Amino acid sequence: MNNEFRQARWAEPLLFEITRKNAGNYSTVSWNDILISSKNRAISNLPKNLLRGTFNLPEVSEVEVIRHFTRLSQMNYSVSTGFYPLGSCTMKYNPVGNEEAVTINELMNAHPLQDPSTVQGCLEILYRLEKMLCSVTGMDRFSFAPAAGAHGEFAGCLIMRKYHLDKGEKRSVVIVPDSAHGTNPASASMAGFEVEEVESDEHGLVNVERLKEMMGEDVAGLMLTNPNTLGLFERRIKEIVEIVRSYDGLLYYDGANLNAIAGIARPGDMGFDIVHLNLHKTFSTPHGGGGPGSGPVGVKDRLIKYLPPPLISYSPERGYYFEPEGKESIGRIRAFHGNFLVCVKAYAYLLRLGWRGLKEASEIAVLTSNYLLSKIKTIEKVTLPYDSSVPRKHEFVISLKKLLKETSVSAKDVAKRLLDYGFHAPTIYFPLIVEEAFMIEPTETEPKRELDRYADTLRKIINEAYTSAENVKNAPQNTSVKRVDEVKANHPRTLILSWKIYTKKIGVSNNGDA
Amino acid sequence: MNQRTLVNPFIPHNEEEIAEMMQTIGIKSLEELFSDIPREYIITEEPEFEGPLSEKEMINQIFRIASKNLTFPKLQLHIGQGAYLRYVPAAVKEVLRRSEFLTSYTPYQPEASQGILTALFEYQSLMAELLGLEIVNSSMYDWSTALGEACRMTIRLTGKKKILVGRYTFKQRLETLSTYIEPISGVVREIGYTPDGRLNIDELEQNLNDTAALYVEYPNSLGFITQNLDELADIVHRKGAYLITGVEPTVLGIIKSPGELGADIAVGEGQSLGLPLSFGGPSLGIFACRDDPKMLRNMPGRLIGMTEDVQGTRRCFTMVLQTREQHIKREKATSNICTNQALMAIGVAAYLALLGKKGLRELAEYIFALTDYAIKRFSELDFVKVPLAGLPHYQEFAYTVRGLAAHEVLSKLLKKGIVGGFNISEIYPEFREAIVTCFTEVHDNKSVENYVAALSEVLPK
Repeated sequence: MNNEFRQARWAEPLLFEITRKNAGNYSTVSWNDILISSKNRAISNLPKNLLRGTFNLPEVSEVEVIRHFTRLSQMNYSVSTGFYPLGSCTMKYNPVGNEEAVTINELMNAHPLQDPSTVQGCLEILYRLEKMLCSVTGMDRFSFAPAAGAHGEFAGCLIMRKYHLDKGEKRSVVIVPDSAHGTNPASASMAGFEVEEVESDEHGLVNVERLKEMMGEDVAGLMLTNPNTLGLFERRIKEIVEIVRSYDGLLYYDGANLNAIAGIARPGDMGFDIVHLNLHKTFSTPHGGGGPGSGPVGVKDRLIKYLPPPLISYSPERGYYFEPEGKESIGRIRAFHGNFLVCVKAYAYLLRLGWRGLKEASEIAVLTSNYLLSKIKTIEKVTLPYDSSVPRKHEFVISLKKLLKETSVSAKDVAKRLLDYGFHAPTIYFPLIVEEAFMIEPTETEPKRELDRYADTLRKIINEAYTSAENVKNAPQNTSVKRVDEVKANHPRTLILSWKIYTKKIGVSNNGDA
Repeated sequence: MNQRTLVNPFIPHNEEEIAEMMQTIGIKSLEELFSDIPREYIITEEPEFEGPLSEKEMINQIFRIASKNLTFPKLQLHIGQGAYLRYVPAAVKEVLRRSEFLTSYTPYQPEASQGILTALFEYQSLMAELLGLEIVNSSMYDWSTALGEACRMTIRLTGKKKILVGRYTFKQRLETLSTYIEPISGVVREIGYTPDGRLNIDELEQNLNDTAALYVEYPNSLGFITQNLDELADIVHRKGAYLITGVEPTVLGIIKSPGELGADIAVGEGQSLGLPLSFGGPSLGIFACRDDPKMLRNMPGRLIGMTEDVQGTRRCFTMVLQTREQHIKREKATSNICTNQALMAIGVAAYLALLGKKGLRELAEYIFALTDYAIKRFSELDFVKVPLAGLPHYQEFAYTVRGLAAHEVLSKLLKKGIVGGFNISEIYPEFREAIVTCFTEVHDNKSVENYVAALSEVLPK
């Protein structure tokens, strides 16, 4: 190959393929005579009809477990490995100091049902973090119950529902822009709403005139992210708010894109009533390959009574305490208090930054985004849909449709080819309103050298599409595996979701049935 | 411009680089980048805000706040209810620390993310063996939300709105369930127990009409194992309803799996498989179902499948059946879930691999043994009553102290350094002034003796 990147490529078997009888020797218990005699009694008292026979968990040694997962980790691209500009995901550096903070025993070993007097430290951290989130968003209270952004959206939509129900109104519609994150319509639908999409106008912004037509007594509210997924600030936000408010609709702010404006502008000041934040995006907690995240939901004063538990308060007499759940709350949305340790990491991050550092993060995130855009938009065949003179915010969306038309090389092909050069691909084919979309969010923590290399590489790949398209279409070659067969993966006949199913299907094939 | 003026320690640019970038864009000040935000929204006053702190100062501050907690091992901890104090093996910690797992995103580019995909496939596979069901998703937020989603799924599948729930389901899970199904007009009805620890079959049969699913936990929040678990599937299926079991997964080292009991769906809390308590989160929602095409199409959450590369030369893994998910199906998705608890699932995969079937069976035996011993020792105290002592218990059991309210017992125990358990008197009137206490592998018979000695001292003099 013509470049130096090589991802690790271990021929690593599955745990089920290296199991040997009695190979594992790890125990978490220690016996003594008292417990052995209790064991015999306890087991013989169990109902025979409920006793389990043998089952097929693999038996492997500790060294094999460590090697297995270490090798797997080496076959996994991450922020610690390199540039990961997934749009709307805010893959910024996850400070290792955050991780240090959550190794503190008093935090790791706290039980969620301990008496509040014994978990004052946990409550104080959440209380302090809540104050900071209020300052950043202009909301008055937050609940930390939601475990992720979509969970926060679900809570927010239930709040919209309850708000109207309490007025005796059963409103059935939530409006979302056609550029919205997929979770927005899904969350609204889960909360029992019908979803109506408002189109984007020629500027890539909410079509305000159309919104005006759609708005009515039946609309519970509007879900919006600002800046939107094109990285454009909804500059007519004031009109939008007025239109929604004129029918007493609520405004929901999807905080996925907050990294563009934290410390610069507040959703609360713009008129949003409900906000969810993604602590695993804006506030630098790691994504863990798909979680755990944390999606606290915040509201303005008049909606506090609807928040899901827990809400934490402080008084000099009582110290920190959980407020009793109010009658008007939407109710519990999960057991216990949310993904607490993720909240601690976000608190650690905000402590490091302070207000000024937070503002700088957004400023530099937007600077690097526009810098990368200005380099990329000069690449031939790349188009920038919507007003090219308007600065983008933390992310931007280009289209590769010209390339597809002229070379039959798709956005997906280019994305795969980027992997060959040691970069993660951007978000592709989203938002849905841009053909062959490439959605790039560099974040403030990407060194300029990497940004330059990324733009140069993209230029090279697009050139390659014209000179040797096959190279691009056959990408990636330098990753742990070559292009994955998604069709086979999804075909009902070859769909394998577990080792159990695999052995079953192999059995079938041995009988000559498949 | 030779001094760093940025406060943010994680911005990697020096002043020259920032100036260069601004020049390339063609701006003179960073404010220009925000020129499309109406002026009235630009924050001009700095609010009260903590920081900035150096890493050392930050760690010190969090350490100082955290030390206001009083937790295990300074306290002897005996609460469970879905969050269990476990010994966390060093190997699990090591796997969770791998920053290639920790700092990656959802594996949208499978070729560069085989590590996480393989590990999640193994989580699904290990859990499938443990649960006796073929299909496990790669995680939900926690047990309670997995339950909420499971019930929504059966309501979708049957078109019926009623969910029957065995009594002694942990209160916070029931509350979450209600929140989840309320928007689709779902209703919950409780089914009681007979005195011999069996789910009341007469009551169940009377209520099975128009029912989407029966949900039963084992062990339940009082810690006993429902004696007729193996009878339920047939009864429920006869009426076209689904059986959902909630399970504390470590018990499966000994007790029949949801699959063996005929359950259609299983949910549970994965924290119990070797993860730290963490004040209740990160948790790990377990969600599994039978290999049935209709159920599969309707299930929530992410699934990882085994496949090959397009040339058929190498086995690999990728996310599958994404057409059920929000980023493709939007408002028609089976759930809105996106970010889940993937890293925790990998930790659990490492735990299950490390313990294997032998280690897991031994763990369950130990907990049965210790619980049995604790019940015996508690029952020997003439002022303590263990109302259900005759039933087999796992990890938790309820007791009362004569002449003392549950909250008094708990606060007196706390003064002696023992977090005694969970007060259920207000939840279950039939167990007035009862405390559900909990013993895991972190405890031993000495912890029991210590607890018993403390109990003897809390009696009114």
